[in-house]
Amino acid sequence: MAAGGAQRPDPLVPIPVTVRRRRRESPDTWSLQLECAGPWPPSLPGQFNMLYAPGVGEAAISISGEPGRNGLLMHTIRSVGAVSRALGDLRPGQQLGLRGPFGVGWPVGEEAEGRDVLLVAGGLGLAPLRPALRALLDRRRSLGALALVYGTRGPPDLLFRGELARWRRDRRLQCHVTVDQAGPEWQGEIGVVTRLLPRLVFRPGNALALLCGPEIMMRRTAAALRDQGVPESAIFLSMERNMKCALGQCGRCQFGPSLICRDGPVLRYDQVRPLLVVREI
Amino acid sequence: MKTLEQLIAEQPLFADLGPDFQRLLAGCARNVRFSAGSYLFREGDPADSLYLLREGRVALEAAAPGRGALDFLSVGPGEIVGVSWLVPPYRWAWDARATTDTRGISFDATCVRAKCEADPALGYALMKRFLPVLLERLHAVRWQVLDVYGSAPES
Ligand SMILES: Cc1cc2nc3c(=O)[nH]c(=O)nc-3n(C[C@H](O)[C@H](O)[C@H](O)COP(=O)(O)OP(=O)(O)OC[C@H]3O[C@@H](n4cnc5c(N)ncnc54)[C@H](O)[C@@H]3O)c2cc1C
Ligand code: FES
Repeated sequence: MAAGGAQRPDPLVPIPVTVRRRRRESPDTWSLQLECAGPWPPSLPGQFNMLYAPGVGEAAISISGEPGRNGLLMHTIRSVGAVSRALGDLRPGQQLGLRGPFGVGWPVGEEAEGRDVLLVAGGLGLAPLRPALRALLDRRRSLGALALVYGTRGPPDLLFRGELARWRRDRRLQCHVTVDQAGPEWQGEIGVVTRLLPRLVFRPGNALALLCGPEIMMRRTAAALRDQGVPESAIFLSMERNMKCALGQCGRCQFGPSLICRDGPVLRYDQVRPLLVVREI
Repeated sequence: MKTLEQLIAEQPLFADLGPDFQRLLAGCARNVRFSAGSYLFREGDPADSLYLLREGRVALEAAAPGRGALDFLSVGPGEIVGVSWLVPPYRWAWDARATTDTRGISFDATCVRAKCEADPALGYALMKRFLPVLLERLHAVRWQVLDVYGSAPES
């Protein structure tokens, strides 16, 4: 096995990593905890890796958990096509290839200091926001308000349930969860995420909003936050486009003037808003 | 204990309605409570009340053959439950079930409608408050129908 990523010679060549743990998050979504022979290259919340399912292909997958004390890096994968299914099917002990990390992450460093930080996640969008929320909770005292609004299709689709339950109990965090539809046993909120935004206690002029989810959901959420007084330049979206090189060379992930793999995936709303309504890109 | 007029004036939906209209509404209002699991109304029932919630949560529910009940919207404090009382034939289109113990104000819909007919300024003021609610719910339903979390991204 090649040495760990720190001295990786070629960013186009995947390093072999091993699945150590696999957890079913929902009927079609799996979290894999990966082990690397050497040290993991440092990553930032919001960045992604290219994961290679042996013999099948490669896909961009966000980092959903940075290596903790156990040294395992987490990715959360929804099985929808050939590559994601092959990745989600990997069992502990099996190997896959990994290149990365790539891209620009969430502004959760000094930029967040003193700000009221709102995270709005839709569906699998909670995966890239999870490391951001954990980083923000680690430095909770340096922030103003902190809120997570999470919407998904139905109760069976909720990700990271144990952690979600802890977040909902955590008094340092305003945590609201809503689903599109549910059976009568669900006692929580039902409806789209934007319905919950007016309930958040925060100062719009001082806010920093991080959105991740399907584009329709991000567009409507960004517009709703703007209408509540959050400046467009304080709203960040994580954009998804299919990728190939992830190095800013092939142009596959072009989004207007930006290459999502190099300039994103996290982009500022005021910069992408005009492009969000252009159907051809 | 607060009067109904005070309670109505405290609700964001009616806060800026002015004392005269608030008094008119209070004349049609009463306090209501529903325990968790009980129904405020059922599909097909006459829509003879307008409910404004003060505490708790109510789910709008559709009975889907073979799938049991399906909840598609929850309504919380400060929000109204259902709008079928506004438009003929004044029949509820869905079931509404309290998911937690719930308190609210119920307005006699016939009484409110009669007062709106008698005073179009009240009717217009109320329409301006209910129309955004309707529009917001319509947009939300479209978003839900698109099943954005289940379908492919637009790449
Ligand atoms: C920056 C970035 C981060 C990403 N992070 C993640 C992540 O953390 N986890 C993850 O699972 N995926 C993530 N993706 C998406 C991932 O890269 C793949 O696009 C996805 O896994 C599908 O690839 P596939 O080859 O398996 O399916 P494809 O063969 O590309 O698609 C098969 C079918 O599934 C549909 N489809 C594709 N993607 C989705 C989707 N997301 N939801 C529903 N249907 C879809 C396609 O339209 C097609 O009909 C990310 C993408 C980007 C650009
Ligand atoms: S994937 Fe090649 S330029 Fe972005």
